[in-house]
Amino acid sequence: MPPAVVLVTGVSRWLGGALAAELASDPAIDRVIGVDTVPPAPAVLRRLGRTEFVRADIRSPSIAKVIESASVDTVVHMNISSSPAAGGRASMKELNVIGTMQLLAACQRSSSVQRLVLKSTSAVYGASPRDPAVSTETMQARRVPSGGFAKDSLDIEGYVRAFARRRPDVGIAVLRFTNLIGPRIDSLLASFLRMPVVPTALGYDARVQLLHEDDAVAVLHQATTGDFTGTVNVGAAGTVLLSQAIRRLGRVALPVPEAAIGSVGRLTRRAGVHWSPEQMRFLNFGRVVDTRVLREEFGYHPAYSTAEALADYARTLPPVVRPELVDDAAATARAVLGQVAGGVSALRSVVGDRHRPAPAVPGLRAVRDA
Amino acid sequence: MPEARVIPLRPDEDPPPPTQEPAPSWEEQLAGGLEFLRRRLTGEYDTDEFGFDPDLTDHVLLPFLRPWFERWFRVETQGLENVPDTGGALVVANHSGTVPVDALMATVALHDEHPASRRLRLLGADLVFQFPFVGALARKMGTTLACNEDAERLLSSGELVGVFPEGFKGVGKPFSERYTLQRFGRGGFVSAALRTGVPIVPCAIVGAEEIYPMLGNARTAARLLGLPYFPITPTFPLLGPLGAVPLPSKWFIAFGEPIETASYGAAAADDPMVVFNLTDQVRETIQHSLYRLLLQRRSVFS
Repeated sequence: MPPAVVLVTGVSRWLGGALAAELASDPAIDRVIGVDTVPPAPAVLRRLGRTEFVRADIRSPSIAKVIESASVDTVVHMNISSSPAAGGRASMKELNVIGTMQLLAACQRSSSVQRLVLKSTSAVYGASPRDPAVSTETMQARRVPSGGFAKDSLDIEGYVRAFARRRPDVGIAVLRFTNLIGPRIDSLLASFLRMPVVPTALGYDARVQLLHEDDAVAVLHQATTGDFTGTVNVGAAGTVLLSQAIRRLGRVALPVPEAAIGSVGRLTRRAGVHWSPEQMRFLNFGRVVDTRVLREEFGYHPAYSTAEALADYARTLPPVVRPELVDDAAATARAVLGQVAGGVSALRSVVGDRHRPAPAVPGLRAVRDA
Repeated sequence: MPEARVIPLRPDEDPPPPTQEPAPSWEEQLAGGLEFLRRRLTGEYDTDEFGFDPDLTDHVLLPFLRPWFERWFRVETQGLENVPDTGGALVVANHSGTVPVDALMATVALHDEHPASRRLRLLGADLVFQFPFVGALARKMGTTLACNEDAERLLSSGELVGVFPEGFKGVGKPFSERYTLQRFGRGGFVSAALRTGVPIVPCAIVGAEEIYPMLGNARTAARLLGLPYFPITPTFPLLGPLGAVPLPSKWFIAFGEPIETASYGAAAADDPMVVFNLTDQVRETIQHSLYRLLLQRRSVFS
């Protein structure tokens, strides 16, 4: 049964806007309500179609009024901030944790809410040398993330589990997304890899699993309109190493010793790329999730593999180190090599003729040396 | 006093050409190297979800290890027919030598000498992955964390997995205890094999004990560096970096008859009695082949 009234939080961001636009184009859905604290950019607004935008803060009880008055039956919670970009860590935590608590309180009170979709993250699995290489939905972080986005996400999932106990009649889908990438989305990793020189942790090379933005929207759409309940990892097939991703995008990696990562993080923040040292440490070890549940139980096969998603992102990104440059250099080196080889064989034919008839006799040489 | 002059010993002869190999061979090699460098610079190679980088392993890591395998330790392999050509299997070996060189040599043995050129996917302690460079390189070589989740994932996808259940107890034991097997962990490797129904191939490695004879353990230094032990060998740290050169002992790597686990069924993995018995069986098999190989060996270095 398709939902009648869908509420999407965080609609002013690219992914929220894309999902709202997708839902709005579905005639089976009566109303799509988008909520955010800031109005969407004009470009996003144009795409939103018949989506009704409500400027409300999910941290305030006013969200309950929105849910009640529109008798919302499906809530998609994606207003979770992954970086302390605006207002610092304190306001990020407040938005993430207090915002989720307010939203869930409103959902619990409302009799109309039948379904909740949470956009969570695979960061909840942590990233440490003691974690298994590939995480399934049943695994937990061996070393619980101590702060930042991962900690917030763990808290949020905890509140959602508590909500599930109190409202067992509500179907809940928790989607644990890997890093998102694509030509249009402004994700954390996308902006990180857009820097011409990408700082990495010296001596570490993370395994990176990506998800294309189109696949992310499709999974969110299917979770909103479908009836899957439970937790599912959402990631593309295959992985790349961080160093490999940087090379494929034609970027220059700058390995930084662990002690200096903090100051490099401050430097990139000044350059407008909000990349916290915490997330950089995540990229020391990387994180890969098992996607069997996504394919077999949820029933979605991502259209892009990790490598294809990266290649699609690379289309929009002028490389710093052009692959043609490398090809040219390799071709030049090969030509030089051919000439040297020709020279050497010519030399050998000249030298060899003179050389071969009189090989040095070891015994004779010993006499001469003496 | 007149200045020293360089007098050519054989003034009548031209210097020999720079290389004696036939031209196409080194040219091809260099071209292959160039192609490799081009791939590395553009990132056009594949890695798997464990971080295994076959391109780097085949073109850099294995060629680096091969001279050690062939010339330095002169490794002789036995019983390679006991390692299946296809499908998952768990190679269980003794661990020794202060530095886990034995794991690397077993990898070379199975890749170079096994008819099916099998890749050994090693399981390493979490300490390996904590250290910069070492951990990253270990993953690129195909190593992953020694935990049941990773082992079962590799085994069920048909990989050959190598495990050293003695862990640091084995690799860091004093020289006086050479060739006596330590406790075999908690039998986690047996339950992984039971759950995936793959055979266990016991493997005995002789020679690794003598590469860095560990006479003492500087506990304070170990604690300061966060290491399980800090070795003192006849040459290390006395001779500094020179002491890091392993002694050229003669090695034998023997693979024993596979112990099948499929008939127990996956449920047996939760039966501690089956797990303990199988662990003991594997341990005794390896200990016996160690004694047999030691009897065969004429001396440590030949």
